[in-house]
Order: sequence, then C-alpha cells, then structure tokens
Amino acid sequence: MNRQQVLDLYFLDARHQLVELAAFLDRMERAGGPEDFRMRHFRSALAALEGRKRDRARKVLLAFSDLTTQPVARAETKGACGAPRGAERGRR
Amino acid sequence: MKYIEPHAHMVSRVTDDYERMAVAGCVAVCEPAFWAGYDRSAPAGFADYFCQLTEHEPKRAAKFGLKHFCWLCINSKEAEDVKLAAEVIALVPEFLGRPNVLGVGEIGLNKNSRNELQVLEMQIELAATHRQLILVHTPHLEDKWKGTRLILDALKNDRRIRPERVIIDHVEEHTIGMVLDAGMWAGMTLYPQTKCTPARAIDMLETYAGERLWLNSACDWGVSDPLAVPKTALEMKRRGHLAAAIDKVVYQNPRKFLSQSAHFKNAF
Repeated sequence: MNRQQVLDLYFLDARHQLVELAAFLDRMERAGGPEDFRMRHFRSALAALEGRKRDRARKVLLAFSDLTTQPVARAETKGACGAPRGAERGRR
Repeated sequence: MKYIEPHAHMVSRVTDDYERMAVAGCVAVCEPAFWAGYDRSAPAGFADYFCQLTEHEPKRAAKFGLKHFCWLCINSKEAEDVKLAAEVIALVPEFLGRPNVLGVGEIGLNKNSRNELQVLEMQIELAATHRQLILVHTPHLEDKWKGTRLILDALKNDRRIRPERVIIDHVEEHTIGMVLDAGMWAGMTLYPQTKCTPARAIDMLETYAGERLWLNSACDWGVSDPLAVPKTALEMKRRGHLAAAIDKVVYQNPRKFLSQSAHFKNAF
C-alpha cells in the first residue's frame, strides 16, 4: 500500500485511538492520588512515538517490558499487569 | 477460502463456534493443552483433560466436518508446583500415540520463574525423547520479551531439538525477530488487548515476508474470537493482498509445519 491507501484504510481508526489516549491522560490528570509504576512506563512508551522513526510498535512494547534476563525466584501470581514492577535495572 | 485454525481452546467454546468456523472455511482446528482458568488439584484432572482432547473434542468437531488435533503437556500457569508437573508429564507418553496428537504443547513460561523454567526443560526433554513437535506459549505483556529469550535459550541448549520443528506462539513486534532468527516458526495470535490486532499481524507478515509464520485466534474462555483468522484474511484482502498470499498464511503455512507430524499428514 502507498501512504494514501494507508490513510484511507486506517486514518479514522488511528484518529479514534489517539483521541481515546488523550482522554485517558486527561482522566488521569483529573483523578486524585499518586500514580504507580505503570505511568512511568506509559510516558516512556509515549516518547517512542515522536519523530519520523520506524519500529515504533517494537519500541513501545519494549518500554512496557521487563528487560532483565534472570528467572525470578517464584511466580507469586499468574497474571500480568502490562508494565514491569521494579524491573528498572535491565532497562535499555 | 479454506483455512486451518492452528491454536484454539475449543473445550471452552460452545458447539455453535465449531459451526461458525466451518461455515467460514475452517477445515482443521488444533488445540493445545492449557490452563482451565483454575488450578487442577491432581494429575487425574489432567488425565481426564487429555481424554477430552483426544476422544471427545474430535467427535464434536467432526459433526461439522472439521478435523480436530491437539497438543499435550502441563501448561506454564500450573508449572510452579514441580512435583505435580512431573506427575502430569509422566502421563503424557501414553497419549502421544493417539491419532489426533500433534506433539508437546503449549509448553513455555508464564511469570518466568525458576520452577517454570525447570518444568519447561522437563517438557523439552519429553519432546526430544519422543521426537515430538513442540508448540510454545510465550508470556503475556511485560513478561513476554524476557520469557521469549529464556525459552529460546532453553530450546537451543538441547541439541536434539530441530528449530524447524518448533513453533513459538504469541509473538509480537518485539519478539518475532528473535524467534525467526533462531530458525523456528512464529505464531501471531489475534487476541483482544493483550496480543495482536489483525492490522498489526499483517504489518508483521509484510515486514517478515510471511515465511515460517501463521495466524491463530487462541480463542478460549476469555473474551476472544474464534473467527479472528478469517477476519484477518478479510483485512489482508482489503489491503490488496492476493488470494495466493492469503492462502499461504492461513492454510499452506500451518499445513507445512503441522505435516511434520505423521498424525496430521495421515489425516490430510
């Protein structure tokens, strides 16, 4: 596809998702109380969107990833929350 | 259009889903053993599950002309208890000869713990000993990148494992490259919020030229879509992909990988 075709096919959906993202950030601003570690990763991921660079999806996913390399001692839970808790050491 | 659904947890789906899939062009569905949404209390619970996958589900699928295959293992979400895992793994060999069994899966990691890794290595040993294909589950969200690396290392450490006989599932943009570079197959899972959308999966298909890649829905007991594969085929068509390119990823590629199993090859 050329850029015109990409726009024709995906612009409205991308616009919709961008407005949703903006509304989420506004909602966070309006809400009281402290943030947790997830918003740190969220802002780091937002930075990966800037500029005319390729590979943004990969960079966003890495911003939300545990980049340490050793197994953890024990699985304390089964679920995942979308951002690593206290795994800053391995960030790159 | 005909397609193969290479990863679906049909025990959690209603019979109507089989009908909808058949109407959409599905000719075969492959069901990896996975977590039931709760922990089973004893190996006997897994033995019953393996019977369900090898006896009951093929009959349910056959009512709609669908071939049903399965993979057997203990999943990573129940792998923290190594003793239980060892007892379940000991059950698997007696089922491997059943005609719809494709191999060992979906093994892998969930929270990347030492015990999960130990159980993964035990199941790699099982697959190597019995010369089985391997289907791997990679962790969710923040744990995926690290887990994929640990899994690839564990597989590479066993020289009996041939990479072309391994599919690493649930890849995303940050893990697909390392899987394909290792010579293994990669599965892109079309699952709301936590995995791939059709648009992103097609982006990866275009970026990596569609080799050693397949699409699956991984539909299960969560919010998921058993028609995600044909819907992605439609999205490919909207992007201008030719019918042959769509056929390659939704039918030929899974058929090529799965035909390394004699059970699959004999049935097709």
